[in-house]
Amino acid sequence: MQLTDEERGMLAGEHGRARQWALRHQIEVGEFFDAPDFVPVGQAHVMADTESLGEEGVRWLESLAALPPGERRVRVPTITDPRGVDFDTYKRLGQTDAMAQIEARAISAFESLGVLMTNTCINYQTILPPVRGEHLAMGDTGVVIYSNSVMGACSNFEGGPSALAAGLTGRTPRYGYHLDRHRAGTKHFHVTQEVRDLADWGALGGIVGRATNSYWEVPVIAGIDRSPNSDELKHFGAALASFGSVALFHMPGVTPEAPTLDAAFQGRPVPAAQIIGAAELQEFYAIYAAKGDKVDVVVFGAPQLSLLEVERLAGLLDGRQVHSATTLIVTTSPEIKFAADRMGLTRRIEDAGGIVAAGICFYQSYAREMAEANGWQRLVTNSAKLVNIIGGYGYKPTLAGTEHCVDCAVSGRIV
Amino acid sequence: MPIELKCHRGIGPAVTGPALVADDNFSARYDLDRIKGTFSRPAHKLFGQSYVGKILVLVTAKGGVASAWMLREMAARGMAPKAIVFDRANTILAQGAAFAEMTMVDRFEAGDPTRLIQNGDELRIEPELGLVTILNRG
Repeated sequence: MQLTDEERGMLAGEHGRARQWALRHQIEVGEFFDAPDFVPVGQAHVMADTESLGEEGVRWLESLAALPPGERRVRVPTITDPRGVDFDTYKRLGQTDAMAQIEARAISAFESLGVLMTNTCINYQTILPPVRGEHLAMGDTGVVIYSNSVMGACSNFEGGPSALAAGLTGRTPRYGYHLDRHRAGTKHFHVTQEVRDLADWGALGGIVGRATNSYWEVPVIAGIDRSPNSDELKHFGAALASFGSVALFHMPGVTPEAPTLDAAFQGRPVPAAQIIGAAELQEFYAIYAAKGDKVDVVVFGAPQLSLLEVERLAGLLDGRQVHSATTLIVTTSPEIKFAADRMGLTRRIEDAGGIVAAGICFYQSYAREMAEANGWQRLVTNSAKLVNIIGGYGYKPTLAGTEHCVDCAVSGRIV
Repeated sequence: MPIELKCHRGIGPAVTGPALVADDNFSARYDLDRIKGTFSRPAHKLFGQSYVGKILVLVTAKGGVASAWMLREMAARGMAPKAIVFDRANTILAQGAAFAEMTMVDRFEAGDPTRLIQNGDELRIEPELGLVTILNRG
């Protein structure tokens, strides 16, 4: 890779040991992907819940945090993805004091590095939305795909260590979606069915993701008959990234790099479209259907809920009560939780028997241990991303529309 | 002569070990019971099998940014695969391999390695040279 004088200085240790590690790590990754050089980034977003960090990862962070302030502090605004524990709700979720303690250690280390503990996977809705052409180092696949596709920004999937490295050096290797030539559409889908609920948008993302199934493919989704809102595209993108490892999509007439179908393919020949209609959506739901089953837990999250999603749920739960054998969990960002508290939405959901947690996103929060502690198996959610992930943690997931999820929570069975 | 497969320059040290091959993908978060060291997602083609000390040969990596931390954490407990061979890696797994100092290669001249390498093959991986050798066949 071609390095500037400053980068050569970082590599030589002139900017401290943390930046030296960071640049060395970034060069190793950059060379793997044939990056010609580095590109400055405006923000970094670090996914680092303690379940994935483990004791090893936390100790490593603490070793960085023990360096002198001038060596350890990040150089560009660096924010965090959801954490493993919400200190206000962890006991109600069956999480342990040991989990809270390791979480506190990780937070303390991050704060020493100058990282802002935003604890959110909806930073594009709540912190500082990316801008077209802006280069970023975003963790969380849902954040990357939204930033790239809906905002037109440029980021690869940056795992926790790499995003932190970008925060420390203020740059990232120029490969993948930092390069225009990788941003042209490569696959073509045409939707013939009206997409309504957030779960439908997630299902659509899941179908396209399964059919795309590569980080290096860019699906183009045509036929959408209206401009979806931010929450709809959030669920679509999160599922697409989860099922297909996809980091960028275009939606002609909706997303900024695709004013037309031809533009989505950067003028290259448009391939024949794969049709997605009512039958495909029904088949997707059918994979997870379990009508009549007892429901252990209903989860709204993955991604965290916007204020408007929280408000809708509060409305659906007004005057109703979650079944005594079922737990209903809402996960949102600390900023949205504060707003929900202030506006009385948290109280309405919790009066109905739900739990509103802040700064976590369920699957990043020791999901296996929560299942064991609470005897949970059947999980109902409106998040296609969550049904894709959570099977690996021993759950039996069912995808349902938002209202349907609430009906299941109230009856204690899949209705 | 052992069979030599050329690939892109990779990450990590040279290693030798037995191949565990599947026409399927990989995510440390979604697919594994990292405590037991087995594939735990029922839909995965290696469901129930142990990956500890194996050279995994899979098609690609899926979503799941967490894998970048998890490879190092698994290696620290001695519960990691010895190496991962992909047809095409994604960024997370390459970053995770670099962080964990785990061997990883992809982009083979002869195509998808899950079709070139058989379950149980003894492999030698030399990432600096971009070379995988099947030692038990030829």
